[in-house]
Amino acid sequence: MWKAIAARGTTPVTYLALVAIWESFVRVFNIPGWVLPSPSAIVGTAIIWAPELFFHSLATLRETLIGFVLALIFSLPLAVIVAFTTTLRRLLYPILLVLQSIPKVALAPLVILWLGVGELPKIVIVVLVCFFPILVNVVAGFEAVPKAMLDLMHSLRASEVSIFRRLRIPIATPHLFTGCKVAITFAVIGAVIGEFVAAQEGLGYLILISSAQSQTALAFAAILLLTVISVVLFYGIEFLERRLVTWSP
Amino acid sequence: MISERLSANDTLAGANETTAEARPQDTPAVELVHVTKSFGTGQDFVRALGPIDLAIATGTFVSVVGPSGCGKSTLLRLIAGLEVPTEGKIWRYGTALYGPSRDVAIVFQEHVLFPWATVLENVMLPADVLGLPKAAARERAFRLLETTGLTEFAGHKPHMLSGGMKQRAAFCRALLSDPLLLLLDEPFGALDALTREELSLELSRLWQDLGRTALLITHDIEEAILLGDRVIVMSSRPGRPRLDIAVDLPRPRDVNTAKHPRFVEIKQMARGLLFTREHD
Repeated sequence: MWKAIAARGTTPVTYLALVAIWESFVRVFNIPGWVLPSPSAIVGTAIIWAPELFFHSLATLRETLIGFVLALIFSLPLAVIVAFTTTLRRLLYPILLVLQSIPKVALAPLVILWLGVGELPKIVIVVLVCFFPILVNVVAGFEAVPKAMLDLMHSLRASEVSIFRRLRIPIATPHLFTGCKVAITFAVIGAVIGEFVAAQEGLGYLILISSAQSQTALAFAAILLLTVISVVLFYGIEFLERRLVTWSP
Repeated sequence: MISERLSANDTLAGANETTAEARPQDTPAVELVHVTKSFGTGQDFVRALGPIDLAIATGTFVSVVGPSGCGKSTLLRLIAGLEVPTEGKIWRYGTALYGPSRDVAIVFQEHVLFPWATVLENVMLPADVLGLPKAAARERAFRLLETTGLTEFAGHKPHMLSGGMKQRAAFCRALLSDPLLLLLDEPFGALDALTREELSLELSRLWQDLGRTALLITHDIEEAILLGDRVIVMSSRPGRPRLDIAVDLPRPRDVNTAKHPRFVEIKQMARGLLFTREHD
């Protein structure tokens, strides 16, 4: 029984210990709040600024989710095209490869220049960042079908459409989730990058202005919220994966 | 019928001549005429198989045994229509073979069950793909599951089944569409010795009940003799029949069949050929 408690308790205890060390470090060495605020100061600031933090979190979350879903909508049909058409694959893959090789952070100022300071450029950046991990993983998934299963389907004279529906989609599903988990983490980063360049709302924007005004505790609160959003989205996808992929290969 | 083809070394090259003008009921289930299969070109050129002339009579169980790499699996894939012969022609029930057919089912060495589908869904796969009537197929699926003792596992996912049970489910799937020809590609190869013996005897009984044609590929001589009406021993690459012998042992066969003097005799003969090189 003690073993079970120890196993479950290790992680929370580690976190609590780290927070306690941080708190005592700031207090003992009397570190100024604008350099490194204590955890208690961050929580205090977060409570005072709760409405603003909520508003900006919502903005970032909206950009992240819309961008992620759009990336999913674009990349899935493209994955099918790349995986199953030789000509189009030859045409598209070099373009996609170049696009992927461009650091998206470097592209952000241009996207803002072209599309303005509203929500749209942030969504576009999120789409650009999410797109590739999903595409690459799904294409790999379509091609990960074991030869024996293909033989079985061919021996039943199954059409390519039938093989796609009954075999390739189920095989590719875990790969899709792998791609999504990578992409959703990137998505939050993408949204923040967009907000760093030019924005009127969002947690990235809040971090930028609060650190410029030495409101370090508020910046920390925003960073913490970003982390929470990232973690929650990641585990949300993992929850979906556990629901939909109930088998192990 | 079995005892008519008794002589020890009769390769079936001669048998082909009689089938060309044969009456329909005498049409062999499978007939190979000068079939070869090669892979690669230039320096990489490898002849894997043949030339082979072979006829499999309807309703018989033919075992093909040979050393690994002799192309016996290639032979099965050719007959299944999964591969095209480099030379020669293959006939199935008197018609030239182009690609797979719904009359032919394969059991692979690995069970090849879809891990995301239940046992019943897996067994029903041929019905789904071939568009067979659902209700009748479902009924047949349940009957097959019952015969193989899998009824209570119908709703389980394959990973919850033992190796032997998975392979039983694979047999059910192969038999669902009531194929005329059953191709068995080392179906017990991945199983432990006990399960192997149990399952092969079970298959022997099942096959006898169905009265369909079957071709078994194996590297196990005893298994080949125990199940077959006829055993073909292949040479090493390029694979060609070295011995083609009728197994005139009574059915149903059981554990004691292996003690039969004739069984031992055939086994010795096959073993001698498998472990000596061909001199010609």
